[in-house]
Amino acid sequence: MQPAGLNEISQTAPFKLPPLPFNHDALAPHISEKTLSFHYDKHHKKYIDTTNELIKGTEFEGSKLDEIIRSTANNDKYQKLFNNAAQSWNHWFFWNSLKKDGGGIPKGNLLDLMNSSFGSYDQFVKEFADSSISQFGSGWGWLVRDADKLKVVKTQNADNPLSHNLKPVLAIDVWEHAYYLDYQNKRNEFVFEIINNLINWDFAEYNLSINP
Amino acid sequence: MKTNLILFTVIIAITIQNLNAQFTQDSLVYSFDALEPYIDAQTMEIHYTKHHAGYVKNLNKAIEEANLLNKSIDHILKNVSKYNSTIRNNGGGHYNHALFWQLLTPMKNTKPLEKLSKAIDSTFGSMQNFKKQFNQEASSRFGSGWAWLIVTPQKKLAILSTPNQDNPVMDDAPVKGIPILGIDVWEHAYYLKYQNKRNDYLDAIWNVINWEDVSTRYESAISQK
Repeated sequence: MQPAGLNEISQTAPFKLPPLPFNHDALAPHISEKTLSFHYDKHHKKYIDTTNELIKGTEFEGSKLDEIIRSTANNDKYQKLFNNAAQSWNHWFFWNSLKKDGGGIPKGNLLDLMNSSFGSYDQFVKEFADSSISQFGSGWGWLVRDADKLKVVKTQNADNPLSHNLKPVLAIDVWEHAYYLDYQNKRNEFVFEIINNLINWDFAEYNLSINP
Repeated sequence: MKTNLILFTVIIAITIQNLNAQFTQDSLVYSFDALEPYIDAQTMEIHYTKHHAGYVKNLNKAIEEANLLNKSIDHILKNVSKYNSTIRNNGGGHYNHALFWQLLTPMKNTKPLEKLSKAIDSTFGSMQNFKKQFNQEASSRFGSGWAWLIVTPQKKLAILSTPNQDNPVMDDAPVKGIPILGIDVWEHAYYLKYQNKRNDYLDAIWNVINWEDVSTRYESAISQK
C-alpha cells in the first residue's frame, strides 16, 4: 500500500501540499473536522508555502524534502528552513499515521516485532503514550525502527527521526494546535484516542517494508 | 455573577489544595471574562485553573523530592542549571504565568509612566516601533515560548524571546535581565479564540496590557544595585 501524497512529498521544490488521506470529518469524534480544517488547511499549508519561499536562491532548490531536512538539521544558518521543511514532512507523515477505524492490536510480523521490542502490546501503548505526553512544549511522539527493534522517541518543535538517522514508523503530533480545540489542556486524552482508535498499522507496515 | 462565583470556588479549592505546599497561585484580581474580547473567558479559565495550576502542582512535587522546600522561586530560577528539567519547566511555568496575570488588566489602553515612556522612545524610537519589534520577536518564536521586554544588567531595555517556559531570570539564559513585560506565545494562550493567527492575538493583547504595572517594574529594576 503506497501512502497518500508520496508523489508530492518526494518531488523537488516548489513543493505541493500533499492531499489528506481522508475527508476532514473522517476522524471525528477523536479529531474534529474543525481541528483538521485548521491543522491541514492552515498549519500544514503554511509550512509548505514558507518552505517554498525560504528555498528560493539557496543551494536546496533542486533537493528533495528529506534531503533538505537532513542537510539543514543542526545548522543555525538554515534553522528557519529546517523548521518549515521538517514540519511539512512531519505533517504528511502524521496524516498517514492515522485512519478512520484504526488503532487496536497489530497483526503478523508487526506484532512479533512489537512483542520482541516492548514485551507486549500493552507495554508499547504505555511507552508510546508516556513519551508523547511528556514531550514538554511543542513537539512530536514517534515510533521508530532502530536496527532490529522498535522504540519510542520524542522530539522538540519540528525535529524528527530523519535528522537522527532513525527510521520513522508512526507519528503523533503533540503541538497544542493538534488537539487544543478538541481537548484543550488534556493532551493525555488526545494521545490515547489516537493510539486506541486511529493508528494506521498499514502505514507502519509500509514503513518497515521500505526500510528492511 | 456566575463567573464570579466560579472564580471564588476555584480560589477556595486551590487554597485548600495547597495548604501544605511551598508555592501557591495568587488569586486573579479580575474575573475570567474581564479581558474580553481580546482574551476570551474560556481561555483565561483553562489557562489559570489548568495550565498554571498544573505547573504549581508539579513544581511543588519536584522541589519536595529535590529538598528545595525553603527556596524562593527567584533562587530556584537563578540556579536552575543545577536542577532537573522538571524543576526548570515547572518553575519557569509558575514564575512566567504568575507574572503574566499581573501584566494584564481590564482597564483598557493604559499608558507607560514617564520614565518608562522616555526609555522606550530613546531605545526603540517610539511606542509604535517598540510594539512592532516586540511583535516581530513574539511572532517568530518557533513553537512554544515567551516574548520579553527586560531591563539588562546595564539598565537598558531589550526585547528577546525564550523557548518553552524558560525566561531571562534563569542562570543559563542566553540573555539575562529582569523581565518587566512578558507575553505568552504558547498556543494554549490563544488557540481557542485565534487558532493559527498568532499575529491577531499579538495585536489584540496590547489593549489589556497593564502599563502601570510594567512601569513600576521598570522603575524598580533600574534602581536595583
